[in-house]
Amino acid sequence: MKNEWPLWEVFIRGQHGMSHRHVGSLHAPDAEMAIKNARDVYTRRNEGVSIWVVEARHIAASSPSDKGPLYEPSESKVYRHPTFFDIPDEVGAM
Amino acid sequence: MYAQMVKSEATNDDPERLAAFQARIDAGEKIEPKDWMPEGYRKTLIRQIGQHAHSEIVGQLPEGNWITRAPTLERKAILLAKVQDEAGHGLYLYCAAETLGVSRDELTEMLLDGRMKYSSIFNYPTLNWADIGAVGWLVDGAAIMNQVPLQRTSFGPYSRAMIRICKEESFHQRQGYDAIRKMAEGTPEQRRMAQDALNRLWFPSLMMFGPSDKDSVHSEQSMKWKIKMNTNDELRQKFVDQTVPQIEFLGLDLPDPGIKWNEERGHYDYTDPDWSEFYDVIKGNGPCNTDRLAARNKAWDDGKWVRDGLLAHARKKAAARVAAE
Amino acid sequence: MTRDEAFLQFLLRMGDNTLVLGHRVSEWCGHAPVLEEDIALANTALDLIGQTQMWLALAGEVQGEGKSADDLAFLRDAWDFRNVLLVEVPNGDFGRTLMRQFLFDAWHKLMLERLMNSSDERVAAIAAKAVKEVTYHVERSRDTVVGLGDGTEESHARMQEALDYLWPYVGELFAADAVDEAMVAAGIAPDPASLRADYDALVGAAMAEATLSLPKSDFAHKGGRNGRMHTEHLGHLLTQMQWLQRAYPGATW
Repeated sequence: MKNEWPLWEVFIRGQHGMSHRHVGSLHAPDAEMAIKNARDVYTRRNEGVSIWVVEARHIAASSPSDKGPLYEPSESKVYRHPTFFDIPDEVGAM
Repeated sequence: MYAQMVKSEATNDDPERLAAFQARIDAGEKIEPKDWMPEGYRKTLIRQIGQHAHSEIVGQLPEGNWITRAPTLERKAILLAKVQDEAGHGLYLYCAAETLGVSRDELTEMLLDGRMKYSSIFNYPTLNWADIGAVGWLVDGAAIMNQVPLQRTSFGPYSRAMIRICKEESFHQRQGYDAIRKMAEGTPEQRRMAQDALNRLWFPSLMMFGPSDKDSVHSEQSMKWKIKMNTNDELRQKFVDQTVPQIEFLGLDLPDPGIKWNEERGHYDYTDPDWSEFYDVIKGNGPCNTDRLAARNKAWDDGKWVRDGLLAHARKKAAARVAAE
Repeated sequence: MTRDEAFLQFLLRMGDNTLVLGHRVSEWCGHAPVLEEDIALANTALDLIGQTQMWLALAGEVQGEGKSADDLAFLRDAWDFRNVLLVEVPNGDFGRTLMRQFLFDAWHKLMLERLMNSSDERVAAIAAKAVKEVTYHVERSRDTVVGLGDGTEESHARMQEALDYLWPYVGELFAADAVDEAMVAAGIAPDPASLRADYDALVGAAMAEATLSLPKSDFAHKGGRNGRMHTEHLGHLLTQMQWLQRAYPGATW
């Protein structure tokens, strides 16, 4: 049997109030050790207040060839952005 | 550099796809692991990132050689933190390579049985404490020359690893210069150590950039793919220009009588390193090649039962969890 | 023995433990079984070196001879070292190193928790900072000891061997003498013996989970804490650690 430790993706919340961000990966025998390893590998410079790990093989990803159909349709929905609407200056901040 | 003489692999892909791929790179887009890429691009990157990672790992050894002899508690902590960073950088780079479909263990085995290389510089010994300063100053200094532009490389995971590495490495070169400066300003014996370290490590540092690449077709392809950002000669000249004034500031003798400011070129002239020595080192005949590889092999072999043991325990725990559900 | 003489001895015991163990752990740098462990061990060593700087700086202050932490670390000979023998024994394999780490960490954490209430504010402050680091050390070393103990047949056998080898060095952590009595009287530090029950519970539970058996004999090697008799290994460690300071006296680095 192949005995390589599984690969884990590491997500760290840098400061209170921020969302977790992907910072990199590492190897660990299980989730508990992955969290500890992440603490040792990815927070050596005081970078985190919370760690998530997920085994890399459990991440489902969109396919690059779907880029067009997945993301381009939203380009035309310009009315979703606040700058689409003209509000007269006299109305004040909105 | 940490990746020297990486041959670009030939590519036999559909010309239309190749052209589209090249257009993406030319437009400054990042290539991500799941994107289509030419086989040659993938293979060249695996070799280059792998070699870079191996260099970080083997590079722990010459500096690690002095951790237990560091002369103060603070120097010991700084050196240990620095060598630990090298392990971290190796780890980031292995992870970047893994996104290309090769595992870290596979890469490690290729290092250990000699199929993959690491930078020639780490086959030189560290013989006195000033070497630790000189390695940080010169070797990290040379590496940074290459790594800063590589932050813009076309392959996303490699670029992100380099960004993280550059951020962390900013203290490495400075601590090295600080350590050797202390010695250059110290007792006559300390000055002697500093001069000896500079003299011994100067040419090996210049070799890090690799031989002149004017004739190399591989460089051309890699530069087109933006996995090599500058020519070896460009970076070497930049390194010399940056370092000579730093040597003068220390009041040490120049390690090469050929170093002279060339008004016309606006650069320092210098003596080319002895490339036959470089090829000897690459072939395995450097002063430390055998010891370095033996040390890595021993760590790997001695560690097998630990890796297996912890994995077996994790599997037992997982099985027990499933059984309980 | 005056109170300050005893206090100095106590501080040297704390600082020499972390100094010598930090040195031992740092020997692994670049040689660990896997990169993640290499990095984690370096973190532990860095914490211990940092704690050494605090303990020995305070020791120098209490001693009042103008000595720095570096002077105390690099210019004393073996007989003036006050660390327990446990921390100076060679690393052995990774299993022995981690077993030693756990056996020390468990004591260290209990000790520091008590020292946070020390009547000496400086001691309490060092303990408050160190206890956060050590709480993580013991979590990590415990996990590793359990994982390897209850891993493969080979890892189990090696961990049992490590425990058998190291157990006779554990008792010294709890042996009280006149220095300890003076520290208890001054409210500076607890009686080491008073930590034993908690220690046995902590270690006992971990060993049970690791499927390892504690040796029956409670025989304890001693001599480190009072400097009467160190192992042969300490001298070799010091020749390496102190080499530059000894060979080039008066130089600054």
